[in-house]
Amino acid sequence: MAIWLTQNSKIIVQGITGSEGSKHTRRMLKAGAKVVGGTNPRKAGTTVDFDGVELPVFATVAEAMAATGANVTVIFVPPAGTKSAVIEAIDAEIPLAVVITEGVPIHDSTEFWAYALSKGGKTRIIGPNCPGIASPGASNAGIIPADITSAGRIGLVSKSGTLTYQLMYELRDIGFSTAVGIGGDPVIGTTHIDALEAFQADPDTEAIVMIGEIGGDAEERAAAYIEEHVTKPVVAYVAGFTAPEGKTMGHAGAIVSGSAGTAQAKKEALEKVGVRVGKTPSETARLMREVMRSR
Amino acid sequence: MDLFEHQAKELFAEYGIPVPRGVVAHTVEEARAAAEQLTGRVVVKAQVKTGGRGKAGGVKVADDAADAQRKATDILGMDIKGHTVHKVLVEEASAIAEEYYFSFLLDRANRTFLAICSAAGGMEIEEVAHTSPDKVAQIPVSPLTGVDSARAREIAQAGGLPEAALDGAADIIEKIWAVFVDEDATLVEVNPMILTQDGQVKALDGKVTFDDNASFRQAEHGSYADKTAEDPLEARAKEKDLNYVKLEGSVGIIGNGAGLVMSTLDVVAYAGEQFGGQRPANFLDIGGGASAEVMANGLEIVLSDPAVKSVFVNVFGGITACDAVANGIVSAFTLLADRGEAVTHPLVVRLDGNNATLGRQILSDAGLPRVELVDTMDEAAKRAAELAAVGA
Repeated sequence: MAIWLTQNSKIIVQGITGSEGSKHTRRMLKAGAKVVGGTNPRKAGTTVDFDGVELPVFATVAEAMAATGANVTVIFVPPAGTKSAVIEAIDAEIPLAVVITEGVPIHDSTEFWAYALSKGGKTRIIGPNCPGIASPGASNAGIIPADITSAGRIGLVSKSGTLTYQLMYELRDIGFSTAVGIGGDPVIGTTHIDALEAFQADPDTEAIVMIGEIGGDAEERAAAYIEEHVTKPVVAYVAGFTAPEGKTMGHAGAIVSGSAGTAQAKKEALEKVGVRVGKTPSETARLMREVMRSR
Repeated sequence: MDLFEHQAKELFAEYGIPVPRGVVAHTVEEARAAAEQLTGRVVVKAQVKTGGRGKAGGVKVADDAADAQRKATDILGMDIKGHTVHKVLVEEASAIAEEYYFSFLLDRANRTFLAICSAAGGMEIEEVAHTSPDKVAQIPVSPLTGVDSARAREIAQAGGLPEAALDGAADIIEKIWAVFVDEDATLVEVNPMILTQDGQVKALDGKVTFDDNASFRQAEHGSYADKTAEDPLEARAKEKDLNYVKLEGSVGIIGNGAGLVMSTLDVVAYAGEQFGGQRPANFLDIGGGASAEVMANGLEIVLSDPAVKSVFVNVFGGITACDAVANGIVSAFTLLADRGEAVTHPLVVRLDGNNATLGRQILSDAGLPRVELVDTMDEAAKRAAELAAVGA
């Protein structure tokens, strides 16, 4: 088992005919994910060949769901079209929408989030600007490399893509139930807290790695949540201790303003509730090894 | 991107928001001419993208043109929190009866927009918000419903603005919402919004932050960029589409993925403590692909920073496996040689992830001068800091 994405998940790709969409559809299929089709209104009715697998292209998410029984969509639509792609997924009431697109305007993400809430929150949104979600050995929805790790009993939630890969790789012998890259943008759908809640409830997850970075107060809020609700061991890493104030480091979310949002404040908040925080990614992996050994 | 006050006010004026008449001056002579043109008492205001200008002495009232020239002499060239004053806004003095605070901004924690309104505006607003939070109204605004004139009036009333200011304030608030949405801003702040002695409401200051992600549909925003403040290396990197930020240290950093590079900066700074406080010289994220050309461009920028003594290339091979990254580094050396840019500093390379062994083999077989391979991120950071310390 895993959270949110299992071997039975049926995946469609919005933007399947685009360069990123087709490249990663091929990779997802190779990783064993059940990708069942995609959408592009201008190419509806055609099929796309992925090394011998013919996938149908539909005009809309609703049509794709009706025809294939899809319950996950991965969105590779460019920033200008991302808002309408997400709104289309919400209208179709697909249970999970993974938004990979980087560079989505904040007004657009704030609007589609408000729209999702107004429709009763039936669609879980992961992202935008995220690597997606992978349940090793079962399925892969997004761009997380499938071949860097193995199936196991650690759950991982992270704001950063490459740090996710780094930790998945360092702990590849122990393995992961699910890794969720929630993205580093200021407005995202699924939060650290959502993932912590799901991992706590997942019988196949024994321990949790949480990766954060400077900006916002998501890690502080996650610490408060852990204190109240999480009994499984949590090990954390926070990036950006030496980032200068007010400089953007590639992620819109990673902007320090004042004392709140600094890596130090996040580390202290997490340690206060008993979370062990690694100083480097390797030390974080070592801490997780100790946790798993003692179980 | 943040705007200067004068840019914010020019934008406000386009949206019909009342602002005082003003002229931008880059020299004391221009400041004097501006004051002559405006006539009467003027305010000379330092144009810097930071708060606390008033307290730092960057805002001064002048009685006439000669006085404005003197005040501009004091202010131009001043340093305010690390920002040098290169221009001033000379503005007609306003007869202020009351000062209010108003802003629209993104509320990250609640994933919605927020209006903040208070009758207790001015320099002490943060203190007021801290000690008397009930005097500072914070009202969530849904992007789905927005702000119409009725909602604008409710917001002004919630902030405790007096009856005399309500019509004028509501009009301004509705127009600020238009600026916020139409310009893809993440912050529009007016502090103070004033009621003049003759009963008009005006924006006496303005802070605007644009969302850089929206630049594809805000073509004119590029014209607001402040070329004078841009670091020359950052400007060159931007031309090459590199995500580069200049820092103060001596260890050049190249990595893939923003999170990994941020983490690399931390690890280098920790390691540098053992070597006389060596620190990272820059942030450079070459992205997931790490192609030869991007690697060459990145190396060229990092090596042209005179403060750099060693370079740490930290790559995790995921989608692009380490053998491809290693080939990229080898080609980058050839590209740099073709451009006449010899690699003059030691390079510590750490490759991890898919095909790491193969990648390391490719690099050692290539026998590149001044390249050292180290297996782990922590050890590589230590070696790079050590090499920077000896200034090799």
